[in-house]
Amino acid sequence: MRDDCLIVRVFCHPESVASYNLCEWDTLISQARRGDILARLYAVLQQNQLLVKVPESVAKHLISAWALAQKHERVLRWEVNRIQHALYATGIPIVLLKGAAYMMRDLPVARGRFYADIDIMVPKVSLPVVERALLIHGWLTAKTDDYDQRYYRKWMHEIPPMRHRRRQTVIDVHHHILPETTKAQPDAKKLFDASIPVSDDESLRTLMPADMVLHSATHLFYEGELDHGLRDLLDLHELFLIYGDDESFWMQLIERAKELELTRPLYYALRYTQRFLKTPIPKHRMQQVAAEGPNQLVLSLMDALYKRALVPVHSSCDIYLTGLARWLLYIRGHYLRMPLYLLIPHLVRKAVIKEKQDI
Amino acid sequence: MNISDLSQQDLKQQLGGSGIYLRTGPFVTHLQSKIPSVINNFAKLYANNSLLLGEGFADFHVRLATPRGLRHWYRPQVMFHFDDQVPFKPLPYQQAFPMMEWGLNWCISNHAHQYLILHSAVVEKNGFAVILPAPPGSGKSTLCAGLVSCGWRLLSDELGLISLDDLKLVPLARPINLKNESIKVIKQFAPQAIFSGEFADTSKGTVSLMQAPAESVAQSDQNVKPACIVIPRYTPGAATYLEPDSKGSMFMHVADSAFNYSLLGLTGFETLVKLIDSCDCYTFTYSKLQEAVEIFNQLAAVN
Repeated sequence: MRDDCLIVRVFCHPESVASYNLCEWDTLISQARRGDILARLYAVLQQNQLLVKVPESVAKHLISAWALAQKHERVLRWEVNRIQHALYATGIPIVLLKGAAYMMRDLPVARGRFYADIDIMVPKVSLPVVERALLIHGWLTAKTDDYDQRYYRKWMHEIPPMRHRRRQTVIDVHHHILPETTKAQPDAKKLFDASIPVSDDESLRTLMPADMVLHSATHLFYEGELDHGLRDLLDLHELFLIYGDDESFWMQLIERAKELELTRPLYYALRYTQRFLKTPIPKHRMQQVAAEGPNQLVLSLMDALYKRALVPVHSSCDIYLTGLARWLLYIRGHYLRMPLYLLIPHLVRKAVIKEKQDI
Repeated sequence: MNISDLSQQDLKQQLGGSGIYLRTGPFVTHLQSKIPSVINNFAKLYANNSLLLGEGFADFHVRLATPRGLRHWYRPQVMFHFDDQVPFKPLPYQQAFPMMEWGLNWCISNHAHQYLILHSAVVEKNGFAVILPAPPGSGKSTLCAGLVSCGWRLLSDELGLISLDDLKLVPLARPINLKNESIKVIKQFAPQAIFSGEFADTSKGTVSLMQAPAESVAQSDQNVKPACIVIPRYTPGAATYLEPDSKGSMFMHVADSAFNYSLLGLTGFETLVKLIDSCDCYTFTYSKLQEAVEIFNQLAAVN
């Protein structure tokens, strides 16, 4: 638990804001802005009828962020409409992932969420057709470097991001939820088969709730760069709140995690939402998944790392060794996704390119 | 307490240490920098601004510093830090002060969506407030600087903040950013005004900043109702000419150049409709600053 980190404390105990002085508000707003969750802070305060407790000089930042979130929602809904339009003639079903899925399902987790890009998943065999259709409708590949192109197409679970030439919006087209170089290889077909339509139109779909949670967990706990770690943990927290009342959800979630070889990320998701955000998780379910968790030694290390990294990248959130923890998780993220013989040349190349840009 | 009440030594110590809390219009900026050109130009241009004592709530936390490593020594650079983040690429060290000014504009235009933010200068005389929206190169800042050195109040040379509640203009009264030829023009036109150094070879050419008049800074808590929107067009050799413009074309022009018109969605549209409806709209061609000021004085007198 990071009681010392204001933004974490507010999401656990929103009513604590009532006693904040202006200095504490100052820190809270900076942390939330840095974590890209300022509009989410607005949403949680509004939900708990706490907006009246916000000093006037502070409130304007929440209002401004909320206006921006509304804009993100409008843009996202329109982009989904445009993607549907572009792919309509192909008849290929589109599975919306992450934020786009939460929004189009009108889940409370979408409230005040910002979107950098839109993630969709299509069957791997359909990739050439999808890519061509998007190209015709104005999305161009955003990575023009040959190495990047090869890197994505050969090893990744997505093709290079595509940016719309006029609207500048970005789509990530996935064919899988993990890179092809990862040890765990959940069967993408199972995800497609279990996906559910958003409306009467069968072609626009999302993963089923258990898969949606597993994907969110996989995304966060295979990720090496945790700049948005707290935001992603909040996604999981809210998904557990939305579906957690239903006992059959938990059963399905655990079964599904085993089937897709994703029990480890699920375990971390349950552990850290409960520890950091006080998410209510049934005790016996926690124990059931803990049996699949890492040994005590690894677990202590992971606790120490995530305690430091699942907060915004802001000096007020840092404790001793935060920098080291972030670096180790960065290496871990890459290591999990790529064998060393591929990873080392890749990281060296990235470092050299960065050095060149700096000079 | 004003910036000018601090000795150069105190200012240097505070800016270089825990920072100062500077008030500009509705915003409080927590500012830190050890860079001499920032401290000196800041002392000169913000002399009349008030500062908050002690720590409190700051809208923006801004720090200008040199990068660590090679670039500290070899062709040194300056970086703009915002909330522990570096939103822009570094600039040459000599451009630290203009970078601070541009960075502060960026802070507002990206984080203050409680306002409709127009890309425009705003000036006022006797309660008659004029919005000057215009693309770069149209002489907007020159005209604005000319007017404020002849007794007009400066609200802003770059950001027209419209309150969404009552449609009033919210003043910033920050320094005016002058570019290239207009620096010489204004220095001749208003020899009494206070200027920063000149910064050559920036992305906008040579720039220099002009201090906001003390009275404008003192009145920067007084919002005012907009009366008139004028698109200035500096045309060398042209006769001074004020011509009514249609509300429709003015709407399109202002919407197009606003920073957050589309971000505000329906609210942005409704606010802009009311704004344009309540204002007289003109285009204004000029080449001689003195004549331009006279026309504006007449316009203020008849309203």
